[in-house]
Amino acid sequence: MKPIATTRSTSGMPTGLLAIWWVVGSEIVIFGGLLGSYIMYRLSHDAWANQAANTNTALGTLNTFVLLTSSLFAVLAHRAAESGDGKKAARLLYYTIGGAVTFVCVKAFEWSTEIAHGYTITSNTFWSFYYTAAGIHALHVIAGAIIMAIVARDAAKNMELQRVELIGIYWHFVDIVWIFLFPLLYIAK
Amino acid sequence: MSEESHTNYVKIWALLVVLLAVSVLGPMLEIQIITLLTAFGIAFVKAYLVAKYFMHINMTPRFVPYLMVTCLVFMLLFVVGTAPDVYKSEGTNWKKTAEWQYMPPSPADHGGAAEHH
Repeated sequence: MKPIATTRSTSGMPTGLLAIWWVVGSEIVIFGGLLGSYIMYRLSHDAWANQAANTNTALGTLNTFVLLTSSLFAVLAHRAAESGDGKKAARLLYYTIGGAVTFVCVKAFEWSTEIAHGYTITSNTFWSFYYTAAGIHALHVIAGAIIMAIVARDAAKNMELQRVELIGIYWHFVDIVWIFLFPLLYIAK
Repeated sequence: MSEESHTNYVKIWALLVVLLAVSVLGPMLEIQIITLLTAFGIAFVKAYLVAKYFMHINMTPRFVPYLMVTCLVFMLLFVVGTAPDVYKSEGTNWKKTAEWQYMPPSPADHGGAAEHH
């Protein structure tokens, strides 16, 4: 027997779907505040442009491509789940997790290179923002990958297929956050 | 799902990748307006495509987009409310010193930074 919250739909949509949109709404304020602060300080400090020139655009571009591709796998997993094909949905979710792992590995390489060159979180305000914003985003990627693994495990047994859509919505939001972080941290130099 | 099932997600992904390429190549022209349009304008287009075609926000009950917009408005209120502290050099009982604009150089600025790229 499923818990009441799983089947209840008092708002015109399943409770789980409503919950994930609430999560996205609260994340908008968290990341929006962070990005808004970054933009304000960037525009009022000319020196930030010089610091931003030291971020690695090629690796940022690669990671953007990886996240966009992982989002494609996530939405294809949703489609497979909707058609009742749990095994295919699980396989596509594992591809999405592969994207998350690739993203984190590229990020780890990028950060270790920057730290080796002396750009650390305490170097100055620009690098504090850089590591904080990209770090919080990376934590969301890691959390998403872990949750996705749990959802995929159940989906492979054709269980709780509605969760594939929910983790997908979260994942696409993480993608959108990066879509805005990318030009701010890597392109505007 | 019927409307969703007709969406060609691979085409949307391909469009997103093309937009990514434009957002990287555009700023290389080093023209400010082109940089703003290609880097930041395209970011909004990409976010719209992901929200509409991947998140299917247009298929949710109407209160969901309203909820998202409300969160954005609150975020903008935060930015507008704090912007004067960042942009103004003085206000009631406070004045910024030259130290506020000073950004200490990172250790890499003293040598070795050029090797980064």
